[in-house]
Amino acid sequence: MQFYIQQILNALQVGSVYALIALGYTMVYGVLSLINFAHGDIFMVSTYLAFFFSTWILGLAAGLNPILIFVATLLVAMSGTALLAVVIERLAYKPLRNAPRISAVITALGVGLFLENFMVAFKPVGPAPRFLPALIPAVNYNIGGVMVSTIQVVIIVASALVMILLDVIVRRTMVGMAMRAISWDKFIVPLMGIPVDRVISMTFALGAAIAAVGGALYGMAYTMDPYMGIRIGWWAFIAAVVGGIGNIRGAMIGGFILGFVEIFTPVFLPSTYRDFVAFSLLLVLLIFRPTGILGRPMAQKV
Amino acid sequence: MKRIFWKRWGLPLILVLVFPFTIVLPKLGIINPYVNLVLKYVGINIILTVSLNLVNGYMGEFSVGHAGFMAIGAYTASLLTVWVFPHAAGPFIFPLALLAGGIAAGIAGLGIAFPSFRTRGDYLAIVTLAFGMIVKSVLENLDVVGGPRGFMGMDKLTSLAWVYICVILVIFLARNYVFSNFGRGVVSIREDETASELVSVNSRQVKVLTFVFSAFLAGIAGGLFAHELQFINPRSFTILKSTDMLVMVYLGGIGSLGGSILGATVYTLTLEGLRTVLQQLGISQEWRLVVAPLMLVLLMIFRPRGIMGLREFRFLTPHDERPEALAEHRKQIQATKRAKEVLP
Amino acid sequence: MTLLHIEHLTHYFGGLRAVQDFNLDLQPGELVALIGPNGAGKTTVFNLITGVYRPTEGKIIFQDQSLIGRHPYEIISRGIGRTFQSIRLFKELSVLDNVRIAHYTRAGYSPWEAILNLPHFTRQEARVCQEALELLNIFGMADLAETTSKNLPYGQQRRLEIARALATRPVLLLLDEPAAGMNPGEVEQLMETILWIRSEFKLTILLIEHQMRVVMGIAERIKVLDFGQTIAEGTPKEIQNHPRVIEAYLGEEVAA
Repeated sequence: MQFYIQQILNALQVGSVYALIALGYTMVYGVLSLINFAHGDIFMVSTYLAFFFSTWILGLAAGLNPILIFVATLLVAMSGTALLAVVIERLAYKPLRNAPRISAVITALGVGLFLENFMVAFKPVGPAPRFLPALIPAVNYNIGGVMVSTIQVVIIVASALVMILLDVIVRRTMVGMAMRAISWDKFIVPLMGIPVDRVISMTFALGAAIAAVGGALYGMAYTMDPYMGIRIGWWAFIAAVVGGIGNIRGAMIGGFILGFVEIFTPVFLPSTYRDFVAFSLLLVLLIFRPTGILGRPMAQKV
Repeated sequence: MKRIFWKRWGLPLILVLVFPFTIVLPKLGIINPYVNLVLKYVGINIILTVSLNLVNGYMGEFSVGHAGFMAIGAYTASLLTVWVFPHAAGPFIFPLALLAGGIAAGIAGLGIAFPSFRTRGDYLAIVTLAFGMIVKSVLENLDVVGGPRGFMGMDKLTSLAWVYICVILVIFLARNYVFSNFGRGVVSIREDETASELVSVNSRQVKVLTFVFSAFLAGIAGGLFAHELQFINPRSFTILKSTDMLVMVYLGGIGSLGGSILGATVYTLTLEGLRTVLQQLGISQEWRLVVAPLMLVLLMIFRPRGIMGLREFRFLTPHDERPEALAEHRKQIQATKRAKEVLP
Repeated sequence: MTLLHIEHLTHYFGGLRAVQDFNLDLQPGELVALIGPNGAGKTTVFNLITGVYRPTEGKIIFQDQSLIGRHPYEIISRGIGRTFQSIRLFKELSVLDNVRIAHYTRAGYSPWEAILNLPHFTRQEARVCQEALELLNIFGMADLAETTSKNLPYGQQRRLEIARALATRPVLLLLDEPAAGMNPGEVEQLMETILWIRSEFKLTILLIEHQMRVVMGIAERIKVLDFGQTIAEGTPKEIQNHPRVIEAYLGEEVAA
């Protein structure tokens, strides 16, 4: 029994990160009908931003309150990543707004790969895996036989807070309403006085900032390398599709489902089967229910 | 009389005459091993590009997992030459092994064809991506073929001569397909799938044919690739490989065989050229990997159709499809049948 | 033998009823028009006949065989041709290719024969090319054979669509607003064309059209739809004075 609770906790931890990243995919798809394949790599960049900033700060003032450093790292990572996402959107995606979808998707693929290989080639980064310095004391508590670490708690709680915040933003603010409006009808919206370009940029920025939270948290619990975008990004993408791409709550649900897949697959199968299970899940879903769990069906007019 | 002879048989004759050189030049060392290698890669890449162009260019679909078909072809062909047949038989079995690899890949192509009946666009892209990942994942888990460590032991059966023959055959077959009823059906699906069905095109048949044929070609390229490197592992067939293929297709030109040849050649030579340039400048080779994605992005923004987008070289167009032939035919009809002009 | 028999055809899109209890009997050689305000369900009827949608209820029987549940390309191969409300040519293809594509099921060779460039394939390709060019010639468009279809003027594009539909050798031709966007001169020509191809190709024609001149000019029978229901049926004269028809188009006050 304890074993399962332990695993559920682990699944929640991993699932939270997936959910955070999945949100970025889903939000961008909602406003642009574009699958931003570069998102996973944007997440990767965020972890490196967190890494460089925190190591730099620690180098300068090791005595500072670690919570402060953590928060500062988070903010820097979030803003830096948001900036990167907006730059990418303006340079690479905006010119293709009216082009066939295929062009935009391929471009997204290209941008992602560009980021990966750039980080590998860029000397200060390089392909070797790294750890984020432990900004949150990694203390483990034993609660009734189940090991709970502070980092775990922080990840789960922080993610939950972010998701609630996002839900509020989307449902209660003007920006959120604009985002939703654009996802329903891209052409009418500008006629209603909504600055479409700005809303789209803000969507990208928001999605990236959220991913950066996931990035900073992830970096503290696991190692990072330039190719992590592929592994984690693709899993988060599957999460978004599973939940119903374009649907924010779906992304959250999808994230946790994938978290469970990741943790529970090795229980029943050799761990090398994880990728296989995840991608097979994706394939099966796409064939039988392409719009995911919470997605809306699409109709075609002849 | 002589002109007609040259028009019809000129190109095939040239191709046949060049063939002996592909055997002799490398053997005599006139072409050094490095150039030989690059030429072989150009050839393999041409086949890969033609393969992907059929699906992405001509049919307007979106396959991002073609590396998976290449992997299946590579592994199948290698298993045959290493396990099933004695090494001495290698050179004779090689075409069979390649064919088997192609057929295995073609069968896998069915796996993508069926989902394509109901999904299009980005969703099909994801399906193909998932397919590519699954192939890679399965191969990593099959310890019997080496798992993540890979498979080796192949003889270097891929000679310049074999690559030459394969490239010519592939282009011949692809050309015939493209300029046929089925090829027109492929393009009509790209233009307007519903309308094409409503003018009698059996879109399911066309999709199955195209995916299977395309996968078959990729499988052949995979077999050639495996017997050049003499070692293959799942990591050779990731999305990076698929991206290479995408760049070559979109660079050379979608919906064009000549474009495929151009794209593959330019891209392969550029990357090799970069290798030397970077070496001279003392910059690490890892920067080469940045080139492909960057090119892809720039292409999509500035010239998504590629160099030869939707156009074709004369020498690759069958004689009856060339403008002069069509004009001839047309004039014939206009002369013999009086035009029942309904409207002036 | 009744060429096309449609009985109690009803179709819902989710909760929206697009067509209700549509009935039609077409005899060979007839020219029947389907009219009604926008959104009345006329194109939906065409889509149902040609298999784009599967009807919620009803029967569609063509030459004594049911069409329900069949794929569009099967239905087209059985002898039904169709044009579209908005032109749906294959824009990047040449005029000739647009027509040749319609020969898909009648090309007469297998994929193998095509890929290997066997003589049988070459012969059949020549035949297809011949037939396509002859058809274009009849429409006076042979000179334009190699033009990319998107570069044709609007009127020519409409004619090409009709030529392409004829290339499928139909027995029944469904024309969806063929006169849309045409000026009066072109409309006159179109009316002549339709009558001419009917006799020349021995067709039965079902026509959707908004331009009353066309409808009153060439239709032998007219069915009027409104909100998916058939509100009137009869000869042009009868329909012209039918109160419900006038009401549907122009509103209640005018009818009264």
